[in-house]
Amino acid sequence: MLGYILRRILAVIPVMLLVAVFVFLLLRLTPGDPAAIIAGDMATPAQLERIREAMGLNQPIHVQFITWLGQLLRGDLGTSLISHTPVSGMIADRFGPTLSIALLTILISVVLAVPMGVIAAWKHRSAADYAVMTFSVLGFSVPVFVIGYLLILVFSLKLGWFPVQGFTPISAGVLPFLKNALLPALTLTTIYVALIARMTRANMLEVLGEDYIRTARAKGAPERTVLFRHALRNAAVPILTVIGTGFALLIGGVVVTETVFNIPGIGRLTVDAILARDYPVIQAMILLTSFLYVLVNLLIDLSYSIFDPRIRY
Amino acid sequence: MFNRLTAALLASTMMAGAAWAETTVTAVMHSGLRVLDPVITTAHITRDHAYMIYDVLIAQDAEFKPQPQMAEWTVSEDGKTYVFTLRDGLKFHDGAPVTAADVVASLKRWGERDAGGQIIFDRTDKLEATDDKTVTWALKEPFAPMLDVLSKQSALPPFIMPARVAETPADTAITDYTGSGPFKFVEAEFQPGISVTYEKNADYVPRSEPASWMAGGKVVNVDKVKWVNMPDIQTAVNAISGGEIDYIEQMQVDLIPLLEGDPNIAVEVREPTGMQTMMRMNFLHAPFDNEKVRQAALKAISQESVLAAMVGDPNYYQICGALLGCGTPLESATGTDSLTKGEGMEEAKALLKDSGYDGTPVVLMAPTDMVALATQPVVISQMLRDAGFTVDMQPMDWQTLVTRRASQSAPAEGGWNLFITNWMVPEISNPISNPMLNGRGDSAWFGWPTDETIETLKDEYIAATDLDGQKAVGEKIQAHSIETVLEVPLGQYTLPQARRASITDMLPSPVPVFWNLKKAE
Repeated sequence: MLGYILRRILAVIPVMLLVAVFVFLLLRLTPGDPAAIIAGDMATPAQLERIREAMGLNQPIHVQFITWLGQLLRGDLGTSLISHTPVSGMIADRFGPTLSIALLTILISVVLAVPMGVIAAWKHRSAADYAVMTFSVLGFSVPVFVIGYLLILVFSLKLGWFPVQGFTPISAGVLPFLKNALLPALTLTTIYVALIARMTRANMLEVLGEDYIRTARAKGAPERTVLFRHALRNAAVPILTVIGTGFALLIGGVVVTETVFNIPGIGRLTVDAILARDYPVIQAMILLTSFLYVLVNLLIDLSYSIFDPRIRY
Repeated sequence: MFNRLTAALLASTMMAGAAWAETTVTAVMHSGLRVLDPVITTAHITRDHAYMIYDVLIAQDAEFKPQPQMAEWTVSEDGKTYVFTLRDGLKFHDGAPVTAADVVASLKRWGERDAGGQIIFDRTDKLEATDDKTVTWALKEPFAPMLDVLSKQSALPPFIMPARVAETPADTAITDYTGSGPFKFVEAEFQPGISVTYEKNADYVPRSEPASWMAGGKVVNVDKVKWVNMPDIQTAVNAISGGEIDYIEQMQVDLIPLLEGDPNIAVEVREPTGMQTMMRMNFLHAPFDNEKVRQAALKAISQESVLAAMVGDPNYYQICGALLGCGTPLESATGTDSLTKGEGMEEAKALLKDSGYDGTPVVLMAPTDMVALATQPVVISQMLRDAGFTVDMQPMDWQTLVTRRASQSAPAEGGWNLFITNWMVPEISNPISNPMLNGRGDSAWFGWPTDETIETLKDEYIAATDLDGQKAVGEKIQAHSIETVLEVPLGQYTLPQARRASITDMLPSPVPVFWNLKKAE
C-alpha cells in the first residue's frame, strides 16, 4: 500500500509539469493584455509598452517560462500583475471559504442523498422512488443561481433567518459560520444530492438483484442489515467515485454560487484573474486545481479498499 | 445610596459606550479595487480610492471652477509663473508634514502619465520647491488651461504623495499608500477584489468652505468606510434591502423597481452629467479610411435606439450630440441632428452609395462581459446593415477587445473597424484631455486619425484666454470632429445610486466621495 501511495505521489510530478507547460503556453497564446487592464482606457500604446516592460511581459516566452518555473520550484507562486499582492496570500485568503463550503455541501449531500438512493432502490417503482427521481431531475435541471435566489428570497428577505450574502470563517464560531454558509451549501447540495442519490439508486438496484442478497434474506437477515451491510457496501465503489469527483469540483471553486452569495472563494478569484489576464494567478490556480484533482483521485482510490476488501494495492 | 451610585455609574458607562460606538458605512462600488496606484491606471475605482487617502493641490467645484484645496495660488501678469502656497496643518498619515518637495515629486510623476500633464511639462521651464510651503511653476509660454488641467477630477487627478513614494518610476506601481487625505487606508484588511477598509484620519484639517464636488471642506462624519465588492448586482440589491449594506454606487436600471416603495432606501441620480457612450472608427483601413463612408455610418445611427436598448428608462438617459458632453461649459451639438433626431437613414444610404463602398465587411468588436457595452454593438450593427453596410459583429471579452484594439493590422487579419466605449463626461469635456481629439496618426488614441486641423484647433483652445474664447473654439472643434467623424457620440446616461435612508448629505459629485455624508444610527 505504501509503495502504491508513493508511486502515485511521484506520478504527480510529470503531470504537474505537463500542466504547467500547457497552461503557460495557452495563456500566452490567448489574446489579452494585463497592461491594458492596469493602465485603463486612456493609456497610449507607448505607456502600455512601458508597463509591459516593467512587468517583464515583453521578454521572450521561453525566458518568461524559465523565470516562472524557477519561482515555482522555490515555492514562490509569484505576484499578481494587477494588485501586486503575493499570489500565495490571495489563494490562502480565498481557499478557506471554498473549502469550508465544499465540505459542508458534501456532508449535507451525502447524509441526504445516500439514504434517499437506498430507499428509492429498496422501494423500486413506489411513490418514494418516483419522488427521488423527480427531485434528481429538478436538481440537475434548475440552474444553481435560480435556487440560490429562491433560497435568499424565502429565508433571508421574507423570513430574515439568514443574511443575504457574505462569509464568516469557522474561527469566528460554528453558528456564525453556519448562518452565512448554510444557504450557499444548500444551493449546491441540490445538484449533488441529485447526482449521488441517482448513482446510489442505480448501483443499489444492480446489487439488490444479486444472489447473495437473496441468500441473506433467505437466512432471515433484517432488511436493514441486507440494505446497509450487504447491498450498500457492495454498491459503494461507484458512489464513492461520484462523491470524490463532486468534492474535487467543489474545491475547484463554484463561481456562480460564490457570486450570488458574495463568497470570496477561489472560483471568483480564478474567473476575475482570467478576465484580467492576471497570468500568475491563473497559472497558480490551474496548478493548484490540478494538484487537488490528483490528490482527491488518490484518496478515492485508497478508500475503495475500505469498502471492498478484494481491492488491495 | 450605594445602589443609586452604582446605578448612576453603570448608566454613565453605558452612555459613554454608546457614544464611542463606531459608525461604519458599507458600500458596494462599481468594481472591486485591485490596482492601488492612481497614476499608473485611469481605472475609476482606483481614482475613487485615491480621493479617500490623498489630497490634491487644487480641485474643481460644481461649476467646473478650480478652487484652492491643499494650496492657494497666484499667477504672474504674463501668465507664465504659478506660485502655489500650501496651507497650514497638512500632514501625511505617518505624521510627517506635507512639504513643497512632496508636491513637486508628485506632480512630476503625474506629468509622465497624464496627457494634459505632458502638455504642461512640454511647456515647463522650471518646477521647484522654493521653500517648504511654496511651489513655483514657471512656464516657457502662457498656458490658459493650466488650472483646469491641474484641478481635473478624473483621469488623472494629480494626487499628492510623499516624495519618497512619488519617486517611484511612473510605470511601476507604488507599494507605500501613505497619503494626507481625509481617510487612511487600512492595508492589513485589504483583500484585492473583495474588500477594502478606510478609517477616518483624525489629524486631517479640512478647509472651512462648504464642500462642493471635489473642492471645499472635506469633513468626515463617520469612523470607517468599507467597500465590499459584489459582482452580482442582484446580490447587492438584496443586501441593501436587508440592511446589510448602506450604499450601492451604480444600480442597474431594470432592478430599480425592486427597491421602489421601500421607505428605507432612496434611489437617485447623484450627478446629472453622468457618462457618454461613443463609437470609434479605425481610420487606417477600409472602409472608414474614406470620410464619406464614415459620415454615412454616423448618419445611419439614432441615439434614441441605442440608449433605449442600453438603458431602457428615459429618466436615466439623455439624447446629446455634444462631443464634449452636455451640461459642460463647452457643450455644443453642431452637426448631430441625424444622431439626435434619428432621421438620417436615407441620407446615410445615399452617402454610402456615393462613396463607392464596395461591401467590405465592417468588423465591429462586441464585448460580451461588460454590461455597459454589450447592447450598443447589437443595435448599431442593425442600423449599419439597414444603411447598406456589411457588418461582421464579433463577440469577445473585454480583454480580447483591448488587445485587438491595439492592433493596426487589417480587420481581416486580426484588426478591427469599430468599437464602442464609455467615458465619464468630465473626462471628455476638455479638448486637451479628450483622447478622441488627437490627430497625431500613430501617436493618437486607437483609431489613429491623422488630422492636422484638430491639432491646430487644440492649440487655439490653449491660446484662448477666457471662457467665451474657449467656447468659440469648442464650437469649431465640435463641428470639425463631427464632419470628419473623429468619434460618434451615442448619447449620455446616468448611473443611479441606491442608499439607505440613514445615509444623508452625500455630495452630488461626479466622483462618489465619502466626506460630508452622515450615517444616522
